[in-house]
Amino acid sequence: MAGSSVSVDISQAMAVAPVSAGDWLIVAPSILTLLGGSLCLMTRKNTQAQPKIGLIFLVLLVAANIGLLARVLDKGVITMVMGNWLPPFGIAFTADALGVTLSTIASIVALCAALYGSVTIDNTGRRYGFYPFLLLLMTGVSGAFLTGDVFNLYVWFEVLLISSYGLLVLGNDRPQLDGSVKYGILNLIGTNLFLIATGLLYGMFGTLNMADLATKVAALENGASGTLATIAALYLLAFAMKAAAFPVNFWLPASYHTPNIVVSAVFAGLLTKVGVYALIRVFVLILPGSRAYMADLIALVAMGTMLSGAMGALAQGEVRRILGYLVIAGIGSMLAGVAVGSTLAISGAIFYAVHSIIVMTALYMAAGVMMLMGGSYRLRELGGLYQASPAFAAVFLVLGFTVSGLPPFSGFWPKVMLVDAAIGDGRNWLAGVILLSGFLTTLAIGRVWIFAFWRGGPEGTADGTSTVRISPIGQLGSAGLWLPLGILTAFVVYFGLQPEGMMQVVTRGASGVVEPLGYVRSVFGGL
Amino acid sequence: METGLSILIGVFFTVSVYLMLSKELVRMLLGIAILGNAVNLLIFTAGRLTREVPPLIPEDLYTPAVQTANPLPQALVLTAIVISFSFLAFLLVLAFRAYQELGTDDANEMRVAEPADEQAPPQGY
Repeated sequence: MAGSSVSVDISQAMAVAPVSAGDWLIVAPSILTLLGGSLCLMTRKNTQAQPKIGLIFLVLLVAANIGLLARVLDKGVITMVMGNWLPPFGIAFTADALGVTLSTIASIVALCAALYGSVTIDNTGRRYGFYPFLLLLMTGVSGAFLTGDVFNLYVWFEVLLISSYGLLVLGNDRPQLDGSVKYGILNLIGTNLFLIATGLLYGMFGTLNMADLATKVAALENGASGTLATIAALYLLAFAMKAAAFPVNFWLPASYHTPNIVVSAVFAGLLTKVGVYALIRVFVLILPGSRAYMADLIALVAMGTMLSGAMGALAQGEVRRILGYLVIAGIGSMLAGVAVGSTLAISGAIFYAVHSIIVMTALYMAAGVMMLMGGSYRLRELGGLYQASPAFAAVFLVLGFTVSGLPPFSGFWPKVMLVDAAIGDGRNWLAGVILLSGFLTTLAIGRVWIFAFWRGGPEGTADGTSTVRISPIGQLGSAGLWLPLGILTAFVVYFGLQPEGMMQVVTRGASGVVEPLGYVRSVFGGL
Repeated sequence: METGLSILIGVFFTVSVYLMLSKELVRMLLGIAILGNAVNLLIFTAGRLTREVPPLIPEDLYTPAVQTANPLPQALVLTAIVISFSFLAFLLVLAFRAYQELGTDDANEMRVAEPADEQAPPQGY
């Protein structure tokens, strides 16, 4: 070639130093799940091997996430760029305390779900790809939590969305198809709105790297200029749709109760929280000026979400649908943290997300056990479960207290932080609604416990006599059901009794996005 | 050039929102297809349009001599096209299956998952 005599200094454009071995952990969660998903897909006719492969790769995923978390807590934010192109040109994966914490908790929940699914998913479900979809869903979730690029975030959203479609229609029942149509169309519109906002953001700043954007937006004097306000409004609408915030959340109660219970459990734990995570990432890290500008609106949305969720739960007579509304009520509490926006509030929101991922999954799993024991999801047709298994009744009560935010379980501490932050910001109404929604949640979940567990038998039977339809606990002796439920319950009790460790981690995650200097420095080197 | 395309994108969005507000599934899906194309055009325009300037770098320079169009939005559009295409394919099949099973393509009448006559929960404690 003619130009071969010209020696080019590539260090201007590319990272020349090799990536240190530990930093490879940043991409490990996505790669492991993608690999495991492909293996499961190739062997999907071997229904006996499916759960084993799935479990092996999810254990590896948990291990990689814990390693990454330890590294991030030790060394601070770490970044890896694809193809060694220097940021902002190469797509950056940036692991900070916020993303890695959520990614770790999500992987633990997915592992529990894979275990639970080994019992509740039959051979047909396995052949039609429960495990590949679950692993690929985790690819999307992990990628979304760890990426440092807005367009890449959109791609991971689509990865997890298409996997969730697959999980949602698995089984092909009429209610599932009905729910999937609503879930599918509304979520696709939501991601398209996300893409519109991203396109406009690129047109305005010429970059999609989050750290680069944070710097450039901060340099723009008037943070709430017209175009930026439009972009922020589009992002708010898009992520509110993904997170199931009122009033754009009607896809959630329409679909979350239709699939297999373990699929509902994974969805309730993970999907909406990815939306909240994206909201925190975009609004607190990249567009803090717009967040302050729209704080009142976000607070209103948060209050509407909390109240509509809690009241919706009160109005339902079916356990899974009650839980669906409780997912929404929890999203409202996290949005309240975003509305306030201080380090304390964002810490509370992140802690609440961690708590909500664990407890909502555990509650859906418990609902699945209730179905196996009592033969129904309807409160009118359930009863006498306490007599059948006092231990299970106790576990459900613990989970119910947790989701209501009562001490000494994991829901209590984030609520304390959120209420404290809201009052400190002068938003007494918001604090009041957080407490009110906790009270209404207590009523809703208390009713489930009283009707399904405490009373003697289902409606129509003389109280305390008929336990005919209740399967004795011995028949459900499978560890695949009890182990995941036990692990998740242990987590909520642990985070309730020993919250200091998690509080330190989430405070670090929150201060990392409220004051993004460390984040930017990790991407661009010592600026 | 950008102005003309912006107006076109506006028309696309109008049409897609109009179609998506319909209660018939097929119209909604057509609206989503147009929405995807509108977004793609929007990203394309956001990269600024420069006609007939090839992105070639003269031998003795490190950067192009004149301003060329930004190729990155085109890469983004390619990604988005693939994604929206596959999603549309899935949703079309889903809508057809839903029509087969539920016997209707009217979203108002799809009440299997959330029955209109559902029992209220037991009252009291």
